[in-house]
Amino acid sequence: MAGLMRRLAPQLVALAALVGLVTAFYPAFLDLSFGGGRLSGPLVDVLKRAAPVALLATGMTLVIATRGIDLSVGAIMAICGAVAATAITAGWGLPAALLLALGAGAAAGLWNGVLVAVLGIQPFVATLILMTMGRGIAQLITEGRIMTFTDAGFAWIGSGTALGLPVPAWLWIATAAAFALVLRRTALGMLVEATGINRRASGLAGVNATVLLVAVYVAAGLCAALAGLVVTADIRGADANNAGLWLELDAILAVVIGGNSLLGGRFSIAASVIGALIIQTITIGIRLAGFPSEYNLIIKAVLVLVILVLQSPRLAPEWQFWRDSLRAARNRPADGKGAAK
Amino acid sequence: MLLTIRSLTKTFPGTKALDAVDFDLAAGEVHALLGENGAGKSTLIKCLTGAYRRDGGAITLEGAGIDPQSTVEAQELGIGTVYQEVNLLPNLTVAQNLMFGREPRRWGLIRNRAMRAQARAMLRDYGLSLDVDRDLGSYSVAIQQIVAIARAVALSGKVLILDEPTASLDAAEVRMVFDVVRGLRARGLGIVFVSHFLDQVFDLSDRVTVLRNGRRVATERTRDLDRVALIEHMLGRELEAATQEPAARRGPRPPMLRFAGMGRRGAVQPFDMQVGQGEVLGLAGLLGSGRTETAELLFGLKPAQTGRARDQGGALDLSTPRAAIAAGFGLAPEDRKTDGIVADLTIRENIVLGLQARRGWARPIARAEQNRLAEDYIRRLDIRTTGREKRVGELSGGNQQKVVLARWLAMNPRFLILDEPTRGIDVGAHAEILRLIHDLTAQGMALLVISSEIDELIAVSDRVIVLRDRRHVAELAGEDIAPARIMQAIAATGPAPAAAAQGAA
Repeated sequence: MAGLMRRLAPQLVALAALVGLVTAFYPAFLDLSFGGGRLSGPLVDVLKRAAPVALLATGMTLVIATRGIDLSVGAIMAICGAVAATAITAGWGLPAALLLALGAGAAAGLWNGVLVAVLGIQPFVATLILMTMGRGIAQLITEGRIMTFTDAGFAWIGSGTALGLPVPAWLWIATAAAFALVLRRTALGMLVEATGINRRASGLAGVNATVLLVAVYVAAGLCAALAGLVVTADIRGADANNAGLWLELDAILAVVIGGNSLLGGRFSIAASVIGALIIQTITIGIRLAGFPSEYNLIIKAVLVLVILVLQSPRLAPEWQFWRDSLRAARNRPADGKGAAK
Repeated sequence: MLLTIRSLTKTFPGTKALDAVDFDLAAGEVHALLGENGAGKSTLIKCLTGAYRRDGGAITLEGAGIDPQSTVEAQELGIGTVYQEVNLLPNLTVAQNLMFGREPRRWGLIRNRAMRAQARAMLRDYGLSLDVDRDLGSYSVAIQQIVAIARAVALSGKVLILDEPTASLDAAEVRMVFDVVRGLRARGLGIVFVSHFLDQVFDLSDRVTVLRNGRRVATERTRDLDRVALIEHMLGRELEAATQEPAARRGPRPPMLRFAGMGRRGAVQPFDMQVGQGEVLGLAGLLGSGRTETAELLFGLKPAQTGRARDQGGALDLSTPRAAIAAGFGLAPEDRKTDGIVADLTIRENIVLGLQARRGWARPIARAEQNRLAEDYIRRLDIRTTGREKRVGELSGGNQQKVVLARWLAMNPRFLILDEPTRGIDVGAHAEILRLIHDLTAQGMALLVISSEIDELIAVSDRVIVLRDRRHVAELAGEDIAPARIMQAIAATGPAPAAAAQGAA
C-alpha cells in the first residue's frame, strides 16, 4: 500500500494542486450538494465527464505497457455507439444492443491485435488503419445520419444516477478497479510488463507473448466500447463523425500524465485514471474560472506541459536532492559527522 | 609516469565501489586491469573518463591534476575509450565515423574528398586499407573495433582505455586488434586493457593491476606473474581444483532423447543426436559454425524443417519455445541482455517468470512462494545483490547470467541448453557455474553446453560434438575429448574463419 501511494504521489499532488488552482479562481468549485437522491457539484461533474477518457486510458495503459499504442480507440467508440444505437432503434432491446456494442469493440480490438502481434505491424501504423477506417464503418452502420433514440434504459447509462453518483462515474471506477484487480491478483500484470520490456526474452521463457498482445488490444477495444456507450447514451444519439473524436490522444495523454512510460513495462492503471481526472479538471476548471473559450486549449496545453515537466526524469535527481537536503537539515543536530566526510 | 591515480574513492549508496585505489600508467605500456565482476574496474574507468564524479583522490595526467566532468572533456585532455560494444554508427561510412564531429569544412560544407583522404591516412597508420565509403556496419566487428580505436586515438592520443575490446571477437580477429594495440604502444601511448581473458592479458600486457571488492590487491609485472597466482589475486581464494579437471568419465547413460535428421535450411544441416540422462553434451566449433543454430532449432526458436525428436514416450513437439518447454526443454541463451533477462523487472520476477508462464496467468504463484524461490536461488547461485527486489538490469553481467539460470532451474527441465554460459563472466562466477553444471547432472538433468572455450568444454562434457560450416562433423567421447582432437576436428578441411580473411591486410 505504501508502495502504491509512493507511485501515485506525483499524480495525486498534481490533481490536488489543480483543484486548489481552480478553486482560487472559482471558489464554488468545491461546492457539493445533495438533493433528489444524487450528489451534484463541479467535482461530481468532473467524475462524470472524465468517464470516456478514463475508460479509454484504462485499456490504453495496458497497450502502452506492451510498448504499443492504440490510435483507433476513438473510432472504435464511434463504431460501438453506432452499433448500439442501431440495435436499439431496430427494437432488439437493451441487453442485445449492449452485447453487440461490446462485441464490436472486442472484434475491433482483435483486428488490431492480430495486425500487431501476429503480422508484426508497428502498433502506430496498425491502429492508424482502424482509426481511419473506423469512422467510415460507423457511418455505414448509421447510414450517414446522426442516429437518435429514446430508450430510457440506454440513456440511463449516460446520464442516470446510481447510489448518489452519475452512472458514467461508477462505470469507469468499476472498470478500472476490475482491470487493476484482475491484472494484479493474477499473473497477467507481470506477464504484460515482461512482454513490454523484452518480448523476445519473455517468449524464450515460455510467455505466450502473441496471445497476450492480442488480449491487450481486445481489452482496449472493450474499454473503447464502454466509452462509446457512455458518450452515445449521454447525447441519446450515435454521431459517427464526432463521437470520441481525438479522444485517443487524451487517453494517451492521461496514461503519460500517469507516469507510465511510452517505452512499455511497468504500468499503473490507477495513475492513468488519475491522469484522466487531471485532464478533466483542467477542461472544466478553465471553463468555470471564466476564461474566454478561445484560451481553453492553450491553457490546457500549458498546464499539461507544466505537469509533465515536473515529472520528467531529468528533474527527478533535483527532487531527490531537494528531499535529501531537507532531511539532512532536519537530521543535522543528531548526526554531526555527516557533513565532515 | 603518464597517468597517476592516487587514493581514488567512489561511494555508491550502500557500497564503496572504489576504496583508495592507486593506479599508474607509463607511456608505451599496456597495463591490464583485472578483477571479478563488481571489483571496481568499470567504476575506475568511469571516474577516469568523467562518466562518474569521484568522491576522493587525485588523478594526474603528465604531471598536471585533472578532473574530467564528461567523456568529451576526458577526450580533450587526452584520454580515449573503446568499449566492448562498438560505439560507432554502423550505417555511416568508415570515413564519416572516423571524422565525425571534426569533418574538414569549407563555408560550412563538408569537403568529402578531403575527409576521405584524411580517413584513409588515419587507417594507413594501422595497416588497414579499407574502402572508406562503405558503411562501417558492413565490416567485421574486429575492423569496427580497430576503427573505433583509430578514432579514439585521433581524438585523444595520450591514454587509450580498452574496455573488454575482444569479448565478441574470434581468435584471428583478436590477433588483428592486438597487433594494432602493440603498434600504439610502440608509438608511446599508455594503454589500459580490461579483459576477462587471462590468456590475452598474458599475451598483451606489460603490467597487471588486480582489483577486488573496490580495493587494489596487486600490481605486478606480467612476466613475473603466473596464472595461478593471478587467479588467486582475483579470487582471494584457491581456485577449486574440481573445475580444472576433466569431468569424471562416467559409464553409459540411460537414453532419454533421440533426435534424427533434425535440420533447417541456412541454419544447420540435418544431424542425429542422442542424449542420455544426466549427460553433458558439449558443442564445439567456431563462431558461425552452427552451434547457436543447433540450440535454436532444438528449442523451437527457429524450428527444424526436417527430422524428428522423440523420447521414451514417443514423438516430441519442438515447434515453438512453449512447446519445447512443455517437452521439458530449457534454453539459457547466449545474448542474455536481449534474449535472457527482462531488465526492468526485479530479480524475483525474473526468476519466477518461466515458472509462472508455464502455470498460466490465472494461477499466480503466491508472493510468499515467489519470495522463497528468489531467496533460495540468490543463496544457491550466490547472486550478488542487495535484495531480491532489485532490478535485474542493475546487476553485473555474471549475476544477470545467474538470474537467467535460476529461472530455468526453478522450472526443473530435463534437458537444459546452455549457450555460452560463462561468456563475459569473471573467474569466480565462472567456477561457480561450472560447479553448478556438475551438480545438475548429478540430479539427472541432461545438458547441452555450447562454449568457445575448449578447456571449459573438456572440463564439463561427457561427449563433445564438433561443428564446422553448419554441419555436425565429429563426435568425441572418453579419452578423445582433448584439445588437440577437438582442434583437429574443427580445423580438418574447414576454411580459415571468415572474418580473419576479410580485411586483414
